[in-house]
Amino acid sequence: MAKYLLLKHYRGAPAPVNDVPMAEWTPEEISAHIQYMNDFAARLEKTGEFVDSQALAPEGTFVRYDGEGRPPVTDGPFAETKDVIAGWMVIDVDSYERAVELAGELSAAPGAGGRPIHEWLELRPFLGAHPTVTE
Amino acid sequence: MDEALLRSLTPGVLTVLVRRGVDFAAAEDAVQDALVEAVRVWPAERPRDPKGWLVTVAWRRFLDATRSDAARRRREERVEEEPAPGPAPASDDTLRLYFLCAHPSLTPSSAVALTLRAVGGLTTRQIAQAYLVPEATMAQRISRAKRTVSGVRLDRAGDVATVLRVLYLVFNEGYSGDVDLAAEAIRLTRQLKAAIDHPEVAGLLALMLLHHARRAARTAPDGSLVPLAEQDRGTWDTRAIAEGVRVLQLALAQDRLGEYQAQAAIAALHADALSAEETDWVQIVEWYDELVRLTGSPVVRLNRAVAVGEADGPRAGLAALADLDASLPRHTAVAAHLHERAGDLATAARLYAEAAHRAPNLAERDHLTRQAARLNARRPR
Repeated sequence: MAKYLLLKHYRGAPAPVNDVPMAEWTPEEISAHIQYMNDFAARLEKTGEFVDSQALAPEGTFVRYDGEGRPPVTDGPFAETKDVIAGWMVIDVDSYERAVELAGELSAAPGAGGRPIHEWLELRPFLGAHPTVTE
Repeated sequence: MDEALLRSLTPGVLTVLVRRGVDFAAAEDAVQDALVEAVRVWPAERPRDPKGWLVTVAWRRFLDATRSDAARRRREERVEEEPAPGPAPASDDTLRLYFLCAHPSLTPSSAVALTLRAVGGLTTRQIAQAYLVPEATMAQRISRAKRTVSGVRLDRAGDVATVLRVLYLVFNEGYSGDVDLAAEAIRLTRQLKAAIDHPEVAGLLALMLLHHARRAARTAPDGSLVPLAEQDRGTWDTRAIAEGVRVLQLALAQDRLGEYQAQAAIAALHADALSAEETDWVQIVEWYDELVRLTGSPVVRLNRAVAVGEADGPRAGLAALADLDASLPRHTAVAAHLHERAGDLATAARLYAEAAHRAPNLAERDHLTRQAARLNARRPR
């Protein structure tokens, strides 16, 4: 019973095996990809392991405090930002091994030519609750 | 509206239905419906016979569900001939329910969810909130668990150890949301103890009570962790401690030692000390030796190294630590603590920071970061 975040990167992860930009796929290949993602989430809900899934717009704004009584400063997006998150899925599973297995399945989503993308997903454990028994 | 009463009646109501020939999954659904109905209706008028009321409503819900399913008509005719609510189920029935919900074919998270619902009488929503997952996910987890055990017959006793592991998991999750999982685990273990005479069940109950007694002292008002040695012992719940010690002594007297009794014995020795300095670390090390013998667990060996450090000095603790795999969770934190006690503050500060980086939860990470900061602030820069 541990939660993991599966992070999908627009940029910043190593190149996938089937590295063709989505815009160059056929419309059917795009549909098949989206269907795969939806089916995956639906399947995880059925196994009782799904928590949340969200996609993010590729470009955001950087914001910081600028002192008492002043509006926050906004800046960006910055072209040099190396790591851009495309979206995430949160799962609640019994073991690290199960989390790896599921991330592997999600990475097999079909891309160009209907072949798996072999995309690198980043798997990050949540910091969980502090256990009651410690000594 | 007495939710505790309602929940304590759950396993009994469920077994009445199962004994009338209703399959476990359908019976469990019907009981859940009846519980939800009771929460709605009882505040206005509580029935004179709460259990009879629940059985009647659950039975009606089951019949409604069966009627709506034409393919099951034949079975409906059969069950409707069954008699009205029988006598209260024997504790054996409750016991079998525990075994079923902790069946080895279930994953730990499924066993926990099913136990909390079918034995504990919690609603799916409450369980989902306690484990911070969507209600739909928890509902699926539970119905999947019920499908997994649907072929298991309720007529055979299982392994008590599997049930105890599930209850221990629930207890150790602590509490989040409006359900106090630790208190719920204690209630379920108490109920199990009433159904079966087994020293390890008593050992687990004692362990839970002794740790629960210290709960208020474990966290500062700002939410930060307070280590055992720095806890205000005046805030420990002395009644829970007294009960825990009594339960443990009766269990130990049966002379069938197990890991929960040994863990409880260690907790009892801590509870017994009026101040951290008065802790009987020599005896605690002896109990850890028993635990190592019983479990062989590397985590136990790690905790033993801490105790050795207190009983025989930090050098001895570090020597005990040297035999253990450095990749064990909390190994670095223990090393930091022992180095600090040995007077090597620079190493301790570095190790605390490293341990914080690897901490498995936020409270521990913050605690270890503070430890590193405390030592760094004392050193000239």
